[in-house]
Amino acid sequence: MANEVKHPLKKVLLICAKGNLEDVLATLVMANGAVMEGIETKVFFTFFGLDGITKKRMNKLHTATVGNPAMRMPGGLPFPTWLGGIPGVEAGVSAMMKKQIDDLDIPRVDEFLEMIDAGGGEIYACKLATDMFKLKKEDLSNEVKDIITIGEFYEMADGLQTQIIFT
Amino acid sequence: MAQKEYAGKMIELDDNGYFTNPDEWSKEIAAEMAKENGEELSDKHFEVLEFIRNKIKEGSSLTIRSIGKSGITDIKGFYKLFPGAPLKKATLYAGVSKPSSCV
Repeated sequence: MANEVKHPLKKVLLICAKGNLEDVLATLVMANGAVMEGIETKVFFTFFGLDGITKKRMNKLHTATVGNPAMRMPGGLPFPTWLGGIPGVEAGVSAMMKKQIDDLDIPRVDEFLEMIDAGGGEIYACKLATDMFKLKKEDLSNEVKDIITIGEFYEMADGLQTQIIFT
Repeated sequence: MAQKEYAGKMIELDDNGYFTNPDEWSKEIAAEMAKENGEELSDKHFEVLEFIRNKIKEGSSLTIRSIGKSGITDIKGFYKLFPGAPLKKATLYAGVSKPSSCV
């Protein structure tokens, strides 16, 4: 085992299909982390994940307070589902999440996309989902390189030591 | 734990090749480390290395974002200065420990 040859990752393709704040951030942290390691990185946003690259929405993402069993009150008490349904609660919780994220020097979504782009990572939007949500290239963040089909995205997964990650 | 000679001085390195004692660092050593990778360090490189060393000395967290806001270079420029894995490489040349940040 000691002489086992290692094959470090060379390329990572990430797919983000959900638009909750934490889902989009998880994708962006992983994408940026790969770029930082010198790994070739491509990110594909589809369905509600498109919120993460839509100019009007990307900095206003929310965290779900209903149907989220991992949700806790500050201090760790359970967060009742009925509470999450009261108007304003989701906005308040999301604002709190954003504050905590900011304290860790994690950037806003738009700045995160700029960081990934600056490091050579590529960001794509899904053709099918943009058609469905009636989004055009100009509605999307300037860092979005192109609107492509899933087939075209798979074509980019050529070469050895490549991984596709669905978040 | 390993020792390696740089610029005529024996340096204590950790398992990843990073300095265990940042005080042993000098510009000559950094230049020699870069040369091992076939790279030449410019004044701009050294400005970044000094920035990193000061950040670590202050005990504040070091991220690519903070380097982008340093006023020395933007993030794109940082990737150009230290191609590949810039934060890992820059901290290596700066004689500080391996970065523990995710951003």
